Amino acid sequence: MNWARKDLLGLEELSKEELGLILATAESFKEVSTREIKKVPALRGKTVVNLFYEPSTRTRVSFEVAAKRLSADVINIATETSSVKKGETLIDTGRNIEALKADIIVMRHNFSGAAVMLSRHVGLSVVNAGDGWHEHPTQALLDIFTLKEKLGRVEGLNVSIVGDIAHSRVARSNIWGLTKLGARVTVCAPKLLIPPAIEEMGVNVTQDIDEALKNADAVNVLRMQFERDGETAFPKQLEYFKEFGITMERLKKAKKDIIVMHPGPINRGIEMSSAVADGAHSVILEQVTNGIAVRMAVLFLVAQANEKIKNGPFASAQGHPERQKGFEG
Amino acid sequence: MREKARILDKDAIARAIIRIAHEIVERNKGIDNLCLVGIRNRGVYLAQRLADCIKNIEGQDVLTGALDITLYRDDLALASGQPLVRKTEIEFDINAKNLVLVDDVLYTGRTVRAALDALVDFGRPKSIQLAVLVDRGHRELPVRADYAGKNIPTSKDETVEVRLEETEGRDEVVIVEKG
Repeated sequence: MNWARKDLLGLEELSKEELGLILATAESFKEVSTREIKKVPALRGKTVVNLFYEPSTRTRVSFEVAAKRLSADVINIATETSSVKKGETLIDTGRNIEALKADIIVMRHNFSGAAVMLSRHVGLSVVNAGDGWHEHPTQALLDIFTLKEKLGRVEGLNVSIVGDIAHSRVARSNIWGLTKLGARVTVCAPKLLIPPAIEEMGVNVTQDIDEALKNADAVNVLRMQFERDGETAFPKQLEYFKEFGITMERLKKAKKDIIVMHPGPINRGIEMSSAVADGAHSVILEQVTNGIAVRMAVLFLVAQANEKIKNGPFASAQGHPERQKGFEG
Repeated sequence: MREKARILDKDAIARAIIRIAHEIVERNKGIDNLCLVGIRNRGVYLAQRLADCIKNIEGQDVLTGALDITLYRDDLALASGQPLVRKTEIEFDINAKNLVLVDDVLYTGRTVRAALDALVDFGRPKSIQLAVLVDRGHRELPVRADYAGKNIPTSKDETVEVRLEETEGRDEVVIVEKG
């Protein structure tokens, strides 16, 4: 199959085959980072703009490394220091970036749906690097890539996601991706952090961590954001660790070769113990390495598809079918 | 698409490979420092066959690798004709080696140009030679084959299709007329 999308906005809209294509492409890109010269000319002459409306170090750096290993030029815009502070709208910012003749915008935004909206107003490619509570597709793709690499398959695996499910775009994208690829997903969190009707996404729900670990082939541990709670944070952290923290003791009751994932940055002693984070079950640093390969694959595929669209029948509409129809919403 | 002529059959392909294997050994005065790198997809299988023949001649294994050149194409949009970016697997040091690049068809020379760019990223071979099963002419770049199974004059309206046991289930080379 061929990749035909100019954007990567979320995993919800992707088919099983499209997910498979990204993962297979990422497998080939992984080799590039093992070379002495860690660079290929595939996106030479292309410009990638990292547009981040929320602070992010690891995702931004990962995209930057990925783009540079493809020989693209990278520009980072942190909105704290840009015209956004002067009141420029997202669409205006997008059009200005397009006028610079950039090719791909990688965007992190605090509003759900921001990436979708931007993609409808610009002809260049938009890659969603996290929008509100909605999706964080490349994080889920690198989680799934790591699962597949470690366990040899995705279909039929039991994957548990533990933590703040309600406010997690990582959880949402993982659920979409994993269920499409045939994994069984269980989410585990305190009652208040489980969104209503989450079962409709095809997942099991539990508030018992031992239950979540029991048959799991992998557990994906989300970051808890207690720092927002000010001075009540500390007792909550202790409580959370006691009820939901992943410890060696709890893992002993799980499958022998269960793998432990975390999107980072880890809160040691809150989400998991240090022994787990640094132990044999942990694949956390491999996730970071795989993130580069997955993001290289995504940047390459959207750039290639957009090139084809620009040279194809929609060329006059700057490669955008919605624009062709006079879409302005 | 109409099959116009069958240029090589199974036996002819086998003979061409045996001859090229001998020529490689002769030109390089043995196989010390020799390695073969096949260009994906069919070049990889041809390189493996050459390696098998060379082993029969010299009694020793020769290093063999696989190169995917999709990321080195000079046209990103064209590269999308390719369904998938595949892995490059060169698990040995190519520095100071006599490297023989292997592909099925030599046509415009652009694939070879991309392959040369890719190889430079892996090291500095002592020499790079080119072996192809079919040279069909119409070069657009200053590239030539050091070893060719068969030279076939073709028209640009035709395509040369190499079919191999490993990929298509049978060994043959045919000329197909477009349109």
